[in-house]
Amino acid sequence: MKKVISILLVVLLMAAVFTACGSKDAAPAPASNAPAASDSGSGTIKIGGIGPTTGAAAVYGTAVKNGAQIAVDEINAMGGLQIEYKFQDDEHDAEKSVNAYNALKDWGVQMICGTVTTTPCIAVAAEANSDRVFMLTPSASSPLVNHGENGAYDYDNVFQLCFTDPDQGLASAQYIVDHDLGKKVAIIYNNADAYSTGIYQTFKAKAAELNLEVVSTTTFTDDTTDFSVQVADAQSNGADVVFLPIYYEPAALILRQAKSIGYAPVFFGVDGMDGILTLEGFDASLAEGVMLLTPFSADAKDERTASFVKKYTEAFGETPNQFAADGYDVIYALWNAAKAAGINDKTSAADACEKLIATFSGGSFSVDGVTGAGMKWSKEGTVTKAPKAVVIQNGVYVGF
Amino acid sequence: MKKLSKNTVYNLSTYGIVIVAYLIVQGIVLAGGLSNQIRGQLVPICVYISLAISLNLVSGVSGELSLGHAGFMSVGAFSGVIVAAALRDSGMGGVPILIISMIVGGVISGIAGLIIGIPVLRLRGDYLAIVTLAFGEIIKNIINNLYVAVDARGLHFSMTSADGFNLSEGGRVVINGPMGATGITKLASFTMGVVLIIFTLFVVLGTINSRHGRAIMAARDNRIAADSVGISVTRCKLLAFTVAAVLAGMAGALYAMNYSTVAAKKFDFNTSILILVFVVLGGMGNIRGSIIAAAILTLLPELLRSVADYRMLVYAIVLILVMLARNSTVLKNYINNVVNGIVSRIKAPFSGRNGGKGGASE
Amino acid sequence: MSVLNNLIGGLSLGSVYAIIALGYTMVYGIAKMLNFAHGDVIMIGGYMCFCAMQYLGLPPVVGILIAMVVCTVLGVLIESLAYRPLRGAPSLAVLITAIGVSYYLQNAALLIWSSNPKSFTSVVALEPIQLAAGRLTVTGEAIVTIIAAVVIMTALTIFTSRTKMGKAMRAVSEDRGAAQLMGININRTISMTFAIGAALAAIAGVLYCSAYPTLSPTTGSLPGIKAFTAAVFGGIGSIPGAMLGGILLGIIEIFSNAYISTQLSDAIVFAVLIIVLLIKPTGLLGKKIREKV
Repeated sequence: MKKVISILLVVLLMAAVFTACGSKDAAPAPASNAPAASDSGSGTIKIGGIGPTTGAAAVYGTAVKNGAQIAVDEINAMGGLQIEYKFQDDEHDAEKSVNAYNALKDWGVQMICGTVTTTPCIAVAAEANSDRVFMLTPSASSPLVNHGENGAYDYDNVFQLCFTDPDQGLASAQYIVDHDLGKKVAIIYNNADAYSTGIYQTFKAKAAELNLEVVSTTTFTDDTTDFSVQVADAQSNGADVVFLPIYYEPAALILRQAKSIGYAPVFFGVDGMDGILTLEGFDASLAEGVMLLTPFSADAKDERTASFVKKYTEAFGETPNQFAADGYDVIYALWNAAKAAGINDKTSAADACEKLIATFSGGSFSVDGVTGAGMKWSKEGTVTKAPKAVVIQNGVYVGF
Repeated sequence: MKKLSKNTVYNLSTYGIVIVAYLIVQGIVLAGGLSNQIRGQLVPICVYISLAISLNLVSGVSGELSLGHAGFMSVGAFSGVIVAAALRDSGMGGVPILIISMIVGGVISGIAGLIIGIPVLRLRGDYLAIVTLAFGEIIKNIINNLYVAVDARGLHFSMTSADGFNLSEGGRVVINGPMGATGITKLASFTMGVVLIIFTLFVVLGTINSRHGRAIMAARDNRIAADSVGISVTRCKLLAFTVAAVLAGMAGALYAMNYSTVAAKKFDFNTSILILVFVVLGGMGNIRGSIIAAAILTLLPELLRSVADYRMLVYAIVLILVMLARNSTVLKNYINNVVNGIVSRIKAPFSGRNGGKGGASE
Repeated sequence: MSVLNNLIGGLSLGSVYAIIALGYTMVYGIAKMLNFAHGDVIMIGGYMCFCAMQYLGLPPVVGILIAMVVCTVLGVLIESLAYRPLRGAPSLAVLITAIGVSYYLQNAALLIWSSNPKSFTSVVALEPIQLAAGRLTVTGEAIVTIIAAVVIMTALTIFTSRTKMGKAMRAVSEDRGAAQLMGININRTISMTFAIGAALAAIAGVLYCSAYPTLSPTTGSLPGIKAFTAAVFGGIGSIPGAMLGGILLGIIEIFSNAYISTQLSDAIVFAVLIIVLLIKPTGLLGKKIREKV
C-alpha cells in the first residue's frame, strides 16, 4: 500500500516539476486593457509586489497590495507608460519571500515594490542585489534592510519609502520635549519586533540627551494579549507621557487597559499607530487625546489623499491605513522614476536597476504622494519627508 | 542472511534514488530548464527532507511524538551562523566554512538534544509531546533575546542588548535579538544539500539497522516486553533523540546559510508541525516516504501561487484529503482493490521490502 | 496592592485558559485525540459574536447564543467529515488532520473577514470595581470570566457524573470496545463531546475577545496552544485538572511578566510546566496510567 502511494506521489511530483518548467516558457499574458502605445513613455513595465497576505502579518501585506493596485489602475487609466502588476504572498517569512521573488523573476519582473516586512526584505534584498533588481520597499523601516555581509549600505539597490526607525525615535523624543508634553515618560515596546525595538533604542538615547526622564520601560512580545502589568508599571511610576512605538493592535489593547484602571496620561505613538481609528468596532473615545507622528492620515483634507481614500474605500470596503498609502506611493515613485529614466518593456531588469538607482539617488528626483510632498532619496536609500504630528479629537485626526 | 541482504538492497536503492534524482535535477539546472522558482527551493527542499528523515527516527522508528524539532534546527542554525561569522576573515574557502559550521551546529544541537532528552524521555505519549513543544518554545524565546557580536578580540554574548559590546574596529553584531542574524554570507548549495541528505540517510539507516536500532523498535512496539528482556529503553530512545538533534542542527545550519538573514521566529511551533506533517504523510518509519512527502509538500504551496488568495486554503484541503485517503479504511480498501488489480498484472520483478521499515505503527 | 492586582489579572487570564482547556480535555478524554483545531473554533466563535453585535445590532446575549450554535454545528461537522473517517487510524494521522482543519479555518476566516483586525466590543457591561481607595481594580470582564469558568466546570462535572450521556462519555473514555458492547453508540457520544467542546470554545472565544479585544484570523492559535499546555499541566482528560492547570498557567504568566521578565515570560511558563511534569509525569490531577503486560 505504501509503495503504491509512494509511486503515485512520485508521479505527482514529476508532473508538478514539469508543469513548473513548462510555465516558464509560457508567454506573459498581455495587459488586457492597455491602450495603444502613445508617443511619450510608451510601453508597459512590470512591477512585482511582495508581502504577507496570509498568516499573522497579513494585514500589512494586504494593505500594500491593495494600495498599490489603486495606483496601478489610476496610471493605466491615464495612458502613457503602462504598468503590469503582480503581487505575491510571502507569509512574513524569509524563505517564502525569496520564493515569491523567484516566482516574480520567472514572470519577468523589472522592479519590485517590496517587501513589506523587514526580515523577508533583507533576505530578498540579498538575492535582488546579486541579480541587480531594483527594490523600493513601502514599509520595511529598519536601517538593516540594506545591510549586506559587508555592513551598512551594502545593497545599493534597496530604497525605502517609509521613515527609518531611528528617525522616528529621534523625532518623537524631540517632539515630546519641544512641546513639553510631560516630564516623566514610560515606554512600552515590543521587544520581539525589529521595528519597535529600533525606535525604542534611538528614542532612549535621544531622551537621555534631552534630559527627558524615562521612569518605566516595559516590553511585550507578538503573543502578548494581557497588558495589565505594563500599564500598571507606567502608572505606579507616575509617568505623564506613555510612548508607544508599536502597531495599533496592541496599542488598542493598552489604551483599553489604561482606561479600565482609570489611568490617563498622554499617549504618544508613531506611524504604526495609524490605523487605530479604522479598527472595525473600535471605541474611538479610548483614543481621545492620543498623539502620533505619522506621514499619512486618512482624514487629511488635501485632494490627493481624499481621492485615494475614496477609491480605496469603494474598492475594498475598508479605510486605507498607512501601509496602503505607502503601497500607493511606491507605485507612483517607481512609475515616475521609470518615465524619467526612459525605462520601457524592452529594458532588462538589470539595466532598469542601474537607471533607477541613478534616478532615485540623483538628487533632483522627487515625488509628491499621499505620505508626503517632495519626497527625496539619499544615496543610502533613505527618504526625506516631513512627519505630521496629529492628535485624535472626537474620533478624528487634528493637526497639531 | 536473506533478510540482511534485503535490507541492504533497500538501503542502497534509497541512496540510488536520491543520487539519480540529484543528477536529473542538476542536469535540468545546467540545461537551464528549471524555473527560478523551483531552483530557489532546491536547498530548502533538501533541508526539509533531511529534517523529515531525522524526525522519522524519533517519531516513526522510536515512536515518540516530538513537537520541538524546529528548536534543534534553530540551535544548529544560530550556532552555525556564529561559527561562519567568526571564520569569515580566516581566508578559508566557502565550502570548508560551511562544513565546519554545519558540524559545530550539529554538535551543539546534539548537546542540547542530550540535555533535553534525559528528563523528557522519562515521560510518555502526549506528555512527552507537550514537553518537546515547551522546549522548542523556550529555545525560541531565548534566542529571541540573544545578542552576539564578533570582532578582533573574539565573540561577545549578551542577553539584554547589543549596546554594551564596545566592538573594536571591524567588529559586527552577528545576532541581534529579535532581528536574528543578518548579513549572512550565502554558502549553501544544492550539492551540499544532497550531501546532507545522504549523510542523514547514512546515519539514520545505520542506526535503524544496528543493534540499538532493533532495540529501539522493540521498545516502541512493546516497552514492557523490551524492558523485560534487558533492553535499556530510555537509553535507546535517548540515542535516537540525540542523533536526530545532531542531524536537525546540521540541517538548520545549512538552512541559515541559504539566506542573508534568519530570525528565531522562523523556528516556531508551526515549523515543528510542518516537519511532523512530512513524516506522518510519508508514513511513520518509512524513510523514502518522508523524502517524497517533504519534497512535495514544500513545493506544493509554491505551485499553488496561481490560485492566489485561495492558496493556503487549497493547501489545507489537500492536506486533509491526503490524510483521509491514506488512513480511512473505506477509501483505503477501495484504492487497494483498484491498485492491486493493476499491480498483479505488471508485478514488478524486484519489489523491495514490503511495507517499508518498521511500519508496524501504521 | 500590585501583588493583588496581578493576582486578579492572573485569575482572569487563567479562567479563559481554563474554559478553553476544559473543551480540550473533554475531547481528549473521550475521543483520545489532540484537537489542534480547537483554538480556531474559538476564533470563529469570536467572529460570530462580533458579526451578530456589530452588523446585526443584536444584544450581546444573542450574540453569544449565535456563536455557540454556529460553533456547535461546526464542531460536529468537523468531527463527522474529518475525524470520524479516521476512527481507528493512528493517533498521529488524526493529529495532522486536525492541523489541516486548523489551517483551513484560519484561511477561510482570512477570506471571509479579511486580515484587518476587528476591535471587539466587550459583552460585559459591568463597570470596573475600585477597591481599597482605588488602588485595587477589578474589571467586569475578570469577574464574569472567573464566574463563568467555575460554573462551566461545575456543570461539566455534574453532567459527566449524573446524566446518562455523561456516563456514556466516561464509559467510552474508559474502554471504547467494552462501552460499545454495552450498547453505547460510540459515534453519537463522540459527536456530543465535540458539540460540547465547540460550544465551550464559543463561550471562551467571546470572553477572550471581551478581555483582549482584538480579533483577527490568527487570534485563536495562541490561546489554543496555551490551553493545551494548561490541560496537560492539570492532567489531560481530567475536568478539575484543566481548571486548575488553566488558572495556574494564567497566574504564572502574569507574575513572571510582572516580577521576572516580560521577555522571557513564555519561557518561564513552559519551564514550570516541564518541572511539574518531571515531578508528576501525568500532570497535577492526572490519573496514573497502569500498564498491562
